[in-house]
Amino acid sequence: MGNIKHIFKKEFKSYFFTPIAYIVISLFLLIIGWLFFSTFFLNRQANMMRFFSLLPITFSFIVPAITMRLFSEELNIGTYEILLTLPVRFRDIILGKFLAAVSFIAIMLLPTFIYAVSVSFVGELDWGPVIGGYTGAILLGAAFSAIGIFASSLTRNQVIAFIAGMTICFSLTLLTDFLLYFIPNNLIGFFQYFSANFHFQNISRGLIDSRDILYFITISFIALYAANLVMKEKK
Amino acid sequence: MIQVINLSKNYGDVEALKNVSFEVKKGEILGLLGPNGAGKTTTYRILTGYLKPTSGTIKVQDYDVNEDIIEIKKMIGYLPESAPIYKDMLVYDYLNYIADIRKVGKNRKLSHIKELADICRLKNVMHKTIDELSKGYRQRVGIAHALMGDPDILVLDEPTSGLDPNQIVETREIIRRIGKEKTIIFSTHILSEAEATCDRVVIMDEGVIKADDTIENLKKSTNEDKFENIFRMITRGS
Repeated sequence: MGNIKHIFKKEFKSYFFTPIAYIVISLFLLIIGWLFFSTFFLNRQANMMRFFSLLPITFSFIVPAITMRLFSEELNIGTYEILLTLPVRFRDIILGKFLAAVSFIAIMLLPTFIYAVSVSFVGELDWGPVIGGYTGAILLGAAFSAIGIFASSLTRNQVIAFIAGMTICFSLTLLTDFLLYFIPNNLIGFFQYFSANFHFQNISRGLIDSRDILYFITISFIALYAANLVMKEKK
Repeated sequence: MIQVINLSKNYGDVEALKNVSFEVKKGEILGLLGPNGAGKTTTYRILTGYLKPTSGTIKVQDYDVNEDIIEIKKMIGYLPESAPIYKDMLVYDYLNYIADIRKVGKNRKLSHIKELADICRLKNVMHKTIDELSKGYRQRVGIAHALMGDPDILVLDEPTSGLDPNQIVETREIIRRIGKEKTIIFSTHILSEAEATCDRVVIMDEGVIKADDTIENLKKSTNEDKFENIFRMITRGS
């Protein structure tokens, strides 16, 4: 348990040693801010629905950019050998890095809270869906971080880690929208269950259902477990 | 203290270690010598838990690398070849992080880091990023990393490679000083260095042990005065 904390602390700090963190945060705020506010006044609705509906697509490429270095960099510069010869379990290494990525995403989301506050100035904002939306955003960020960490554990090349992570995240996001055209109607309900977008939209409507929460926890668990297997296989 | 028992390691078709066995006693300084590709680094990597053996095992006290690797890792301080270290971190932050992982108590941490900075002469660079350091300083950070938490065993993979003559002498002095209380395995290509520091040498070549004795005994049995010639005789014979 103690080791998870130490790994977390180191990883979280090192996000801010390099300019990448600031670039990613700026990029995220720029894209999501523009997409949200460019149509906000046209919709004439004082809610955050559109903001949250944009998150799965935006996270699909922002989160893998946050996680791409977590293992790839260590594999590339050779510190992986130091990491693996310290008295730390694989599980602790992976969880430490995972928590660092999720915390970073939380920090990244923090400034967007200003949007909610400004929306509440122009109209009656229902805070229920906003709270649900942020809960969902953290869960979505966690699941995508786990996927990104898995992708990063596969290769020493950060670009490949990024593209691999992004591909998986996009697939999960677009699953239903994409398959809609190809599969019979009665199967959509079944495939929907695998779609990150579907579960996220449920939560962001303010309906916190255990099935949706379970979905994100399951995805996180599977991806982190896969990263664990990759690490074992590398020995 | 350390028993390497019938150790083999294959990388795909390449046999890096072929049935290697040797022993290191408590308090001994063992030189693991041999040309590049002899299997020294592979042996270290198995001992420190970075790699798994294909067959055979290494035992440290009663612990087995295949079963209790975490316990073994706690006992070993390891300096990998060319000491790869997190480049963006400050030297102090890095040592502090290793101290936390190695469970150096809060009360002792600061004094222990200071003590290691003293031994490894790192005082002037504690607040620089590792990226900014010269090769010699990086190597010293690596040695401080290996010494963190007072492990009983030190495994140093070519601790003096790439250093200038002054740094080599300094590093050798550090090894000799800490070697008084610890069990050390280290490798080097500078044979005079091995001669000056090691209690015993194991000479490997192409994954096989070619000699395991004190340098004195090797000289007697081969009727050769220069250790350099003995080394060449042993490792070129194959």
